[in-house]
Amino acid sequence: MSAVKKDYVRPVDFRHGRVDMTHGGGGRAMAQLIDELFAANFANEWLAQGNDGAVFSAPAGRMVIATDSHVVSPLFFPGGDIGCLSVHGTLNDVAMAGARPLYLAASFILEEGFPLADLKRIVESMAHAARDAGVPIVTGDTKVVEQGKGDGVFITTTGFGVVPPGIEISGDRARPGDAILVSGTIGDHGVAIMSLRENLSFETTIESDTAALHGLVAAMIEAVPSIRCLRDPTRGGLGTTLNEFARQSGVGMLIREAAIPVKAQVNAACEFLGLDPLYVANEGKLIAICPGADAGRLLAVMRGHARGADAAIIGEVVADAHRFVQMETAFGGRRVVDWLTGEQLPRIC
Amino acid sequence: MKYIDEFRDGELARSIARRIGAEVQAGRSYNLMEFCGGHTHAISRYGIKDLLPSNVNMIHGPGCPVCVLPIGRIDNAIRLATENKAIVATYADTMRVPASGGLSLMKAKARGADIRMVYSAADALKIAQDNPAREVVFFAIGFETTTPPTAIVIRQARALDLRNFSVFCNHVLTPSAITHILESPEVRELGTVPLDGFIGPAHVSTVIGSQPYEYFAEEYQRPVVIAGFEPLDVMQAILMLVRQLNDGRAEVENEFTRAVTREGNEKAKALVAEVFELRRSFEWRGLGEVPYSALRIKDAYAGFDAERRFGITYRSVADNKACECGAILRGVRKPTDCKVFGTVCTPENPIGSCMVSSEGACAAHYTYGRFKDVGIRTAAGTPARDGTPRGAVMP
Amino acid sequence: MCLAIPARVVEVLNESEGTIDLGGVRKRISFELLTDVAPGDYVIVHVGYALQKLDPAEAERTLALFAEAGGPTAEAA
Repeated sequence: MSAVKKDYVRPVDFRHGRVDMTHGGGGRAMAQLIDELFAANFANEWLAQGNDGAVFSAPAGRMVIATDSHVVSPLFFPGGDIGCLSVHGTLNDVAMAGARPLYLAASFILEEGFPLADLKRIVESMAHAARDAGVPIVTGDTKVVEQGKGDGVFITTTGFGVVPPGIEISGDRARPGDAILVSGTIGDHGVAIMSLRENLSFETTIESDTAALHGLVAAMIEAVPSIRCLRDPTRGGLGTTLNEFARQSGVGMLIREAAIPVKAQVNAACEFLGLDPLYVANEGKLIAICPGADAGRLLAVMRGHARGADAAIIGEVVADAHRFVQMETAFGGRRVVDWLTGEQLPRIC
Repeated sequence: MKYIDEFRDGELARSIARRIGAEVQAGRSYNLMEFCGGHTHAISRYGIKDLLPSNVNMIHGPGCPVCVLPIGRIDNAIRLATENKAIVATYADTMRVPASGGLSLMKAKARGADIRMVYSAADALKIAQDNPAREVVFFAIGFETTTPPTAIVIRQARALDLRNFSVFCNHVLTPSAITHILESPEVRELGTVPLDGFIGPAHVSTVIGSQPYEYFAEEYQRPVVIAGFEPLDVMQAILMLVRQLNDGRAEVENEFTRAVTREGNEKAKALVAEVFELRRSFEWRGLGEVPYSALRIKDAYAGFDAERRFGITYRSVADNKACECGAILRGVRKPTDCKVFGTVCTPENPIGSCMVSSEGACAAHYTYGRFKDVGIRTAAGTPARDGTPRGAVMP
Repeated sequence: MCLAIPARVVEVLNESEGTIDLGGVRKRISFELLTDVAPGDYVIVHVGYALQKLDPAEAERTLALFAEAGGPTAEAA
């Protein structure tokens, strides 16, 4: 007689199994997946309760809520994956308001047929990123779409944070005379992703810079509470973010190409493809604008933090009714850094 | 990066600029046309005009093969995907060029046409190998720089006996375009477009050599200086042209000696000659029909000629009435002369091809130079347009 | 279609292919348009093909010309 344990429930087959429609059906299969994968990895008291939402006490003061969807392809890339990217991205959006992130929510749209081994890798990566950041993922959702209607997995994360008193950070607060700083090298993430695109295939040791920045931001606003603007230059890169600030604040900007930190390989990859590093995506960098008098102090604080070691002052805010972002080229002339048109296509011409 | 960074040195740029300033003759204007789209882009991106004295005028020529591609040919390419259901492989540059009916390759792709961007002709061949049940057409464009790679893939397709691969050939020739401009009424008779000299294309010349330009220098008595791709190359070439004009010389000089010889790349030229032959005439956007200015696939390789395989007929389509691309391509007008520049016609919503390609005169000016049109001032009160290169702003 | 860049040959795989390096980024490209390519050579690369070899001696000469152009001017500005 076989000795099968009485309450035996066959565990989810993470090695060879694939997502199927029952995983989104609301029934036992879904509950098991949530239990064995999400709750097990994200491990906190809220998920352990098993409710649809997470209840917490509202902290005093002003709160921030931010949300981001992640559709990156490929899902796994040098330096990270869609999982940690989705955690970092939303933590950073919350941090850009000057806030301390408190909680995260994560919802998944899974494509039928997606390997559970890959899903496990992604979820473990998210758990790791969240733990490192000290921010729990307290609630979430799972849906499954038919094969062909999704790209493996799409992840949406939402984050809550609390803004310390006296901190006013917003894209419309830049004033002439303010200094513009960047926390490190630009273009790393975009180049890392592009190197995997089939028809571009170049070999590089560049890794995505995906990282959580709230620790750096906390140090920055403690030392320089007068910071006016913060933003992480994701899609569209540094050039786009500066234009956003210029438009919101009704000012112009003047930056110096020679001051902008760019890794040699990122420069080279952009040369190859005819791209401008100014518009290539970043996932672990921020732009800060502060009163000119505080720039030196802010720079020192940033450089003293692991996530800001390569920080630099790259320019200043100027009065300009046309809201142009101008750049002094390393060559010595001047040019406009305009809004990005469409998506940067690698040109050959 | 070696052979790149040294050729972008700002200090050297300023000293060459001073030399140009010292050698130009007062009261004389120097009207120089740069032919290569890469040069148009470099001049805009590095703000070279800022460094030149006011009597040196740079005129943008039709050196951008995307800009001179007529609407009708793009319509043909789109139809290959939408009607013939072929996979159309194209360089990224053509994707946003506006064609008929408000379409572009990009828009057709959004509507479901199988149009794929490739970095290299070899990628198009691979697509054909990976999709044996589908027809794959490579939308081949470009001047002499880009033609040899197309020749190679056609020969490879023959060697592989690939039955589902063909090329829609739109390769054009540099010397013919230069001749056409020099022959235009504005230049020849009316003298409304003073053209004193040419900056010859960089990479086209690595293939064809400096020899083909000797004809222009001789016949039209205009100096030609072939310039490398980097901003210092362009500045040095301008200096060399100024000197030739001051001396009354009309010679072909080569600034790009590190990559251009008189004969060019013989192997590449031979490969091209094996696969392609001259078309009697070809329409260039903005220039009209230009004789002996483009290539078609020879009979020996007819099996890979998309025009024959799909029975493509060409229909000429006129440009939007407000579009000045034609005049701009001939150097007769500047982007700012066009009524729709920067308003109706922007890189986001281009009306004509000069605005689509980053090397088109309009796109280059819009992206890099238009702030100078409005004479903005910095917080320090110094205007942005006086042209003096500035040092660092921050301490 | 002029975007072409000078890159260093690191590996020649067979008659027609090899790897080039630009600032630490490597790519496989075709050498079919050239003959006698060796590691250490610099070539001009365009759309995945090497178009021409770069002559280092001429490059030095050109750079020297740039420096000379900036020499003392004959007359005051």
